[in-house]
Amino acid sequence: MNLRKLTTQAYLEGLPALVLSSFGGIIAGLILGGMKTELQAIPGLLVLIPALLAIRGNVYGSLGARISTGLHQGLIEPKISFSDHRVKAAVFASFINALFAAAIGAIFAYFLLTFLFEPVAPLGVLLSIALIAGIFSGVVLITAVISVIFTAYRNGLNPDTIVGPLVATIGDIFGLSFLLLAVRIIMGGG
Amino acid sequence: MRSITKTMLPILAVLTSIEIAMGLVLSSFESTLFQYPSLLVLVPVIIGTAGSLGSTLSARLSTAFHLGLLEFKFSNYHLTGNILSTMALSITIFPLIGVVTWAVSTIVFEPLLGLFQIVLITTFSGILISIFTAIIALLTTYSSYLLRLDPDDVVIPTVTNLCDVFGIFVLLTAIFFLI
Repeated sequence: MNLRKLTTQAYLEGLPALVLSSFGGIIAGLILGGMKTELQAIPGLLVLIPALLAIRGNVYGSLGARISTGLHQGLIEPKISFSDHRVKAAVFASFINALFAAAIGAIFAYFLLTFLFEPVAPLGVLLSIALIAGIFSGVVLITAVISVIFTAYRNGLNPDTIVGPLVATIGDIFGLSFLLLAVRIIMGGG
Repeated sequence: MRSITKTMLPILAVLTSIEIAMGLVLSSFESTLFQYPSLLVLVPVIIGTAGSLGSTLSARLSTAFHLGLLEFKFSNYHLTGNILSTMALSITIFPLIGVVTWAVSTIVFEPLLGLFQIVLITTFSGILISIFTAIIALLTTYSSYLLRLDPDDVVIPTVTNLCDVFGIFVLLTAIFFLI
């Protein structure tokens, strides 16, 4: 195989997933662009956004990779069942990790902004928004990752090439939608 | 389950702190971002695409490495070919992102920024991001080889998060100079 062939092949294999995740990114961007009022009402929220989005990719991307490796190695049965202890353990661990990281993010953002004498919403507000958004998007992402991996695997597709773009595409969209919902819940209640 | 949580939590805490620091830089551009909603639209797009480029390149380098095909020489096709394809992907996708972002934000929000300005911002960011992605993916793959760590565990999360952070940084630099 020569250089030209290899480059072309890598380009063509990479393009569809990249186009898909950019499309998801633009939808997520439109949600963020429409959140101006909420971002201005809750100082510190904008600081949290890159962290909250990255957590989803890190945690649920790795959940997908873990389950897909388990399937490939024959350690996990290729049928959707939460009674499988490996699936159950990986799912609960990822959910707890995501919530823990969201809480760390909110606490860190709060203290950093306070330390810099920047305006910041009360810690309880930031923390509840991060956790509510984390719970909602966790449930959706776990359901999506598990069902897509098992469906792909049973249909003879390699889940490894699907999980990354899937989490990247829907993670940001749901992440930001649920963040908006969480802000509305907190602002409506407070 | 406890072992998964135990190994991932410290890494997650570090990555989250880096992202918060980046969020702080992002929020220092608050007034410009609020003034032009199309720039706010670009934030998740640029972060996501930079991360995807990085994770694709590092996954391909890791696989080539596992298969014993990768050598750290410029005469190695798997090395140069994958880097060249990352550059080509970046040059294709970033101007396209600019055009689509301009189109949708003109429909949804007020058309405050011109097509040319947005495409210039995304293209400029894309070129710098692809260079950075190649350097970081190479360095992390090479160091995981030296340290005898599995590139799958180390390279992909490191490259994806660093590309995320660099993506925001480049976007803000582009906004600073071009708006």
